[in-house]
Parts: sequence; structure tokens; C-alpha cells
Amino acid sequence: MELREEKNWKFYVSNILRYGILIAASLIIIAPMLVVLIGAFKTNEELLTTGPLTLPENWGNFDNFIKAWTKGRMATGFMNTAIILVVSLAATILTGTMTAYVLNRFQFRGRRLIKALFLIASLIPSITMQMSIFQIIVGLGVYNTRLATIILFAGTDIISIYIFLQFLEGIPYTLDEAAIVDGASFPRIFTTIIIPLLKPAIVTVIIIKGIGFYNEFYTPYLYMKDKSLQVISTSLYAFQGPYGTQWEVICAACIITMLPTLIIFLLLQKHIYSGLTMGAVKG
Amino acid sequence: MKQLRRYSMQRTLTICGFLALPLILLLVFTYLPFVDMVGYSFYRWDGYSDKVFTGLENYKTLFSEPQYFSAFKSSIYYFIGSLVQIVIALYFANVFFYKLRGKNFFKGVLFFPYLLNGVAIGFVFLYFFKPDGVLDSILTALGVAEENLPLWLGDAALVNWSLTFVSVWRYMGQNMVMFCGATQSISGELFEAAQIDGAGRWQQFFYIMLPNIRGIISLNLILAVKGAISVYEIPFIMTKGTGGSMTFVIKTLSTAFTDKKIGLSCAMGVILLLIVMVITFVQKRFVEGKEEQ
Repeated sequence: MELREEKNWKFYVSNILRYGILIAASLIIIAPMLVVLIGAFKTNEELLTTGPLTLPENWGNFDNFIKAWTKGRMATGFMNTAIILVVSLAATILTGTMTAYVLNRFQFRGRRLIKALFLIASLIPSITMQMSIFQIIVGLGVYNTRLATIILFAGTDIISIYIFLQFLEGIPYTLDEAAIVDGASFPRIFTTIIIPLLKPAIVTVIIIKGIGFYNEFYTPYLYMKDKSLQVISTSLYAFQGPYGTQWEVICAACIITMLPTLIIFLLLQKHIYSGLTMGAVKG
Repeated sequence: MKQLRRYSMQRTLTICGFLALPLILLLVFTYLPFVDMVGYSFYRWDGYSDKVFTGLENYKTLFSEPQYFSAFKSSIYYFIGSLVQIVIALYFANVFFYKLRGKNFFKGVLFFPYLLNGVAIGFVFLYFFKPDGVLDSILTALGVAEENLPLWLGDAALVNWSLTFVSVWRYMGQNMVMFCGATQSISGELFEAAQIDGAGRWQQFFYIMLPNIRGIISLNLILAVKGAISVYEIPFIMTKGTGGSMTFVIKTLSTAFTDKKIGLSCAMGVILLLIVMVITFVQKRFVEGKEEQ
């Protein structure tokens, strides 16, 4: 909106007020993270003797980061998160695009029912059913393996389906028909025509779901108790026991965990905003 | 003709083949657990030994022992928090609607916490609220006497407010971005016309902006109720539900995985789901019904 407004004294006062509020709110958001950054560069002695608002003596002190990374086994955490992220994202994109493709391109009995099943599923918060999901995971023999988390992330959900459907509606059916005339099979049309054209939607879903998977805590916490299976969330959570008094190490571990999110956000801001609003419209 | 039949055959195969995996995952990890949960709720079971059918026993326990339902008390704090959060989000969505220097920076900062790892947020605020921590230092610097500083997470009267603050800190940006998205679709002409008529920004906000994004606001209100009754991550990480910060979901999970009372915990899950279903029904009936033709 670029509207011209009358510039009288009221305009200036409300402008100052507006920027004052914006700056105050930004400080409230940034300050708690900034003090953690400050803490991460302090020595243990410094942290105990100086207040949390005092700047560290040596900004080049990376000892805490090294300690967090090695003793906290954060490398293992990132490794497991990366493996789970890649496999789960591939799986969820596959299940999501396949479902949306069939729902959009074919008329068949049970089509509405399937859509309804996904819609109703989205209304059930899965956290309330972990007691029975746990039994299924154990029954399938995947408890305490990466597969437990992957299998729970692999399915699709109504929001992804809506995002894909929205894009599919923009892909003209004449493209499919032309391929059929040329003798292409449906799976071939799906892989060579639909998937490439769905790329923007796939990118959106990857970003939104990827951030969610990276941040997921309870699923890996419950199903992957083994230390060697820790993901980034659970390896960070493990700091609270043995490092309960070493806040400088915990601070460093928090910064290590939050840094990838900051980088992704700075690079993909536009995609994240639009993906979020796209999903919200129908959801 | 032959070719057509080949395609109709292939069509059926494609539909079934493509839907098989997504549907199996959906049924096995959403609908089967639901059915199981309802079933287990009628049994006494520790997860290992044989189940003992006890009928409605678990439900009777829930309704007769106040320790279970009292966990809903903390939801009130989170709900109040979400109302405040929605108002703040509306304010900023309105501010960002107009021309503004540094708009992207401010919007980015306010939204960023939503993307952060919950465990990291938990630790950031444990550091923030701990005795002699960040908040205490700020208050001392402002002249508050040290003996007057409360235990932000240790005082049962305060802990839920502290945790609610973390929740608002984390989720306000999400509401804001959703509202921003909704304001984009309002025609700019409405605002131009209002300005020509001499309407100020507050009037534009109340008479044009609000009525036009009513749908998304009610949606967020419903989500706020749902969110408030199913809070668990931040209190689980920060206080484990101790000292008056217990929530119903944490209680449900600890009943299952710490006390090994799967049946009772499933009964709690059923109750929670019933509440969620009622809220969703209200939403469909009264909120969306008005929007859709």
C-alpha cells in the first residue's frame, strides 16, 4: 500500500510511536537469543562471576562450541537429522504428489472419501495418540531405529495435498493428452510431465516440512532412545542433565542448533512466508 | 478400442498403485492408533503383561480423581496468552500493511522465533528466567531490589505466566504472517476511498481491515483454543510439568510412559480428542459455514 497521507504533527507523533513499538518488539525477540550468544563465548568462571548482560572478555573463545560439538555428540545429531530429513522428505514428497496427482487427474469412486480421510486426519493432534502409535512402532519392529521416525514422517497431509492440488489445477490437461496420444503411460506422464512442473510446489512443501522435521522433538525422543540415534533436538535436550550447571556450553549448543534455521530463513524468506499462507488458507 | 481398454486398465492400476502407500501410511499411523486408543481405554494395561478388561473403570478414575482434569487449568493461561498474541499480531499486520521503512527486517525478526527448534527455545528461556539470569539482571539494572525478584519458573503462581510468555514469543509471528497474507487480498481501493473521506488509520483498521479478515481471525481463535488445550512441548522441555505447570497432554504422556498406565492414558487421549472434535465441529458449523456460500 502506497498511499499519501497528510503530514501534520499527528502524523509524526504516530510515526514515532509506531517505530518505537516496532523497535521494542524486535528487542524482546532478539534479546533472549543475543544473551545466549554472549554466554556462549564466556568461560565457565566468567559466566559465574559476571552478569548475563556483560559482554564476554574474548569473542574469539570457541571452546564452548567445540565442547558442545564433541562432548554433546552434536555431529551425530546433525548426521541423524540429515539422514532422516533426506529420506523423509523424499518419501513425503512422493506420497503427497502421488495422492494429489490421482485426486486431480482421475474421477473415480471413493475420491471424495479419500480426501475426507486426509482432512479428518489433520484434525487429530497426533501427540494425543502416541500411546497407541508406540505399540504399533514396537509391533513393526522399528522401535529404536531411524526408520521409526522416518515412517512417521513419510506420510502426507492435507496441507501438502492442497498445495499440490492448487498447482496441478494450473497444469493444463492437454499436456497429459498429448503424451497419451504419443503412447506414454500414466506413471510416465507423472514422472516426466507432472513432477517437473510441480517443482515450485515441491520446493514450498520441502521448506515447510523440512523446518518441521528439523525441529521435531517428541517423536525422536520417544522412539529413538539409543544415544547413537540422537537427532539434533534430542542431542540438545540431553545437555540438561550432565551440563545443568555449565550454561556456557548449553548456550553454545543452542547457537549451533539455531544457526542453520537462521541461514535457511535469510535465504528462503519469501518461500517460507508464501508457503505458510498457502497452507493456512485452506487448513 | 484395444488401446482404450489398455488405458482403462492402466488407469485403475495407476489409481490403486499411486494411492496404496499414502493410504497405508494414513491408515496405519492415524486411523489404526485412533481405533486402538479407544479400545485400550477400556482395559487396565501396563503395555507388557496381559490386558484386563475393566469397562469404564478408567473413565471413572479420570472423573473422580481431580489430579487429571486439574491439568486443564494451565490451559487457561495459554488461552489468555493466545488472545493477547492475536491482538498483537493484528496490530503488526496492520502496521505492515502500509508503507514502512525497514518493513522486511521487522517482519522477519518478529516471525523468526516460529521457525526455531523448540528445545533451543526452551533452553534460551531457562537461561532467561533462571535466578540471577537475564530477566533478573535486567530488573536489577532497572532498580528492582534483589529480594523482591520472584522465582519465574519456581513459583506456582507465576510459572504458567512465564511459560505463556514463551509461547506468545514463539507463535505471535505465525499469526502475524497469516494475517499479513489475508490483508494482501483486500482491495486497496477501499482504503483509498476511506482516506479521501478523511478516515484515519484506526478507522480504516476497524471498519475496513477487521471486517475483511474476519474469517482468518476466527480460524486463529479456534486454533488458539485447540492449541491451549494441547500444549506440551515448551513446558515439557522447561519444567517437565512440575510446580503447577502440568498440562493435560504432559499428564497423558507421563501416565503412559512413566506410570505405565496405558489404558488410563488412552482414556485421557479419548477425552482430549472428543474436546478437539467438538471445537472443530463448532468451527465448521459457525465459522466456516458463514464464509462459504
